[in-house]
Amino acid sequence: MDQQLRRRIWSIVLIIGFFVMWEALCWLFNVSDIVLPKPSQIIVTLVERMPALWPHTLQTLYTTLVGFVFGIVAGVLLGVLVGSSRLAYDVAYPLLVGFASIPKVAVVPIFVLWFGSGTVPAILTAMIMSIFPIVVNVATGLATTEPELEDVMKALRASKLDILWNVGLPRTMPYFFASLKVSVTLAFVGTVISETVASNRGIGNVMMIASSNFDVPLVFAGLLILAILGVALYAVFSLIESKITGWAHRKDDFAMG
Amino acid sequence: MTAATLSESPPRSDETFVELEKVTLTYGRGEKQIVALGETTLRIDQGDFVALVGPSGCGKSTILKLVTGLLKASDGYVYVAGREVGAEPVRVGMAFQNPTMLPWLTVRDNVMLPLKIVPPFRQDYRTKRKTEFRDRADALLKEVGLASFGDKHPWQLSGGMLQRASLCRALIHEPQLLMLDEPFGALDQFTREELWAIMQELWMKLKPTVLLVTHDLKEAGYLANRICVMRTRPGQIIDDAKVPFPRPRNIDMSYLPEFVSMTQRLRELIVSARPVKETV
Repeated sequence: MDQQLRRRIWSIVLIIGFFVMWEALCWLFNVSDIVLPKPSQIIVTLVERMPALWPHTLQTLYTTLVGFVFGIVAGVLLGVLVGSSRLAYDVAYPLLVGFASIPKVAVVPIFVLWFGSGTVPAILTAMIMSIFPIVVNVATGLATTEPELEDVMKALRASKLDILWNVGLPRTMPYFFASLKVSVTLAFVGTVISETVASNRGIGNVMMIASSNFDVPLVFAGLLILAILGVALYAVFSLIESKITGWAHRKDDFAMG
Repeated sequence: MTAATLSESPPRSDETFVELEKVTLTYGRGEKQIVALGETTLRIDQGDFVALVGPSGCGKSTILKLVTGLLKASDGYVYVAGREVGAEPVRVGMAFQNPTMLPWLTVRDNVMLPLKIVPPFRQDYRTKRKTEFRDRADALLKEVGLASFGDKHPWQLSGGMLQRASLCRALIHEPQLLMLDEPFGALDQFTREELWAIMQELWMKLKPTVLLVTHDLKEAGYLANRICVMRTRPGQIIDDAKVPFPRPRNIDMSYLPEFVSMTQRLRELIVSARPVKETV
C-alpha cells in the first residue's frame, strides 16, 4: 500500500513537472504563442472559453461513448464467433488483422459518402477504432480457455451455451477489460478524426477552426480537454476491471468482498 | 439405431449399467498411429464399485473419458444405462486428477456448479442457490473438513484442500455414475485414508456406480468391489477380480494377510504388464 501511494505521488509529480518544464522553456526561449502557448495561457483560455467549449465537449463525449458501446457489442459478438473454436480462430485471424491494419482515417471519407457529415460518421469511426482490440482479446481469451475447465462442464453434459456462459466468458473477462481500456482511448481518437474531417460540432471541429484562425491557445485547450476525457474514461474502466476481474490478479480484497 | 448392434453383442444382465463393447481408441493416422486403448470390453453393474489399476499410460483415464463422453471411441460402443453415451439421462459426477476449480468462483460456488448445470437441479438453481443448495454444499464441505473455506477462492487453498473440494463437486448432484480419476493421488497418506472412509460411507449411502482410476493398490482394495488390471501398449484389461472383504472396511483390514496377498498378486500383474525397458 505504502509503495503504491509513493508511486502515485511520483506520477503526479511527473505530470506537474512536465507542465512546469514546458512553462519554463517557453519563458526562457521567449516562444511565440502562435508556435507553442504556455500552459498557464492554455488554462486561462480553457476557463474563459469554457461556455463555448462545453457543448462541443459534450458532443465529443457523447459521440465517443455511443460509438464505444456499439464497438463493445459488435466486438464481443465477433470475438465470441471467432474464438468459439480453434478452427474459426485460425481461419478468421488473417482477415481480422487485415482490417485492423487499415488506417481508420482513410475510412472516414467513405462514411461521409454514405451517411453525410456530422455525428453518424463520427460514431461509426469511434466504433471501428474501438472494435478490433475487443475482438482480438475476446477471441484470444475464449480460444485459450483451458480444456480441463471445459471438461468439467462436458462431464456434466453441459450444452455449448452453458460452457460459454459459465467458463468461456468469465475466463475471458480479464482479456475483455484489458481491451476496453485500450479501446476507449481509441474511440476518442476515432471521434476526433471524424470531427476534424467532416463535422460542424465537437472538439475536433473546434480545433480545426481554431488552427485555421491561428488561435493556437484554443487548439491546445482542445487537446487538454481530450487528454482529460481520455484519462477519465481510462480510469473508469480500470476501476471496473479491478472490481470484476480481481480473481485474475488474486487480489485479497476481491476475495473478501 | 442401437437395437441391431445390441442383439449381436453377448447377453448382458439387467444389472449392467456401464458397458464398453469392443472399444478401441487410436490417435493419429497411418504410421504415426498410437493405440491408446486396444479392444476392450467391460461391464459394470449398477451400484458397483470398480477400480482400474495399471502402469501409467495404459489407458485407465482413457476409459473414464470414454464413459463420460469426453472422448469418442474410434471403434466399438460405449453404453450407459442401455443408451449410447451422451444421450443417456444419467447424472454423472467426475473428479479429475487436477482439482480444476474455476478460479473466478468461490469454493462453494465451484462445488455448486453441477447444480447449476444438471437437471433437475438447474431449474431450481436461481431460487434455491442461497438456501437449500448452499446448505447442501456447506454440508459436503464440512464432511471433508473444509467447513470454513466456502467463501475462499481456489488460489487461497492448498492442493489437497482443492482436491477435497473437487470431490464435493463430483458428489453434490448425487450422481448415478461417479468417475474418479486418481482423486486422492495428490494427498498425504492420512488425509487419503480419511477420505477413503468418507468415500466408502457415501457410496454405501447413495449407491452410485463408481469407476475409480488409481495407482494405489491399497486404495483399490479398500474401496472397490472389483479390481481390473490393465496393461500398456496397447491398453487392455488383463485381469478382473472381485474383492472379497466385507463392508464397511477399515484401514486395519489392509494389514490382514489375505489383503496383503491380494495386493501382492495385483502388484506382480502390473509389474509384468509394464513395457520392457530398453537398455541403453
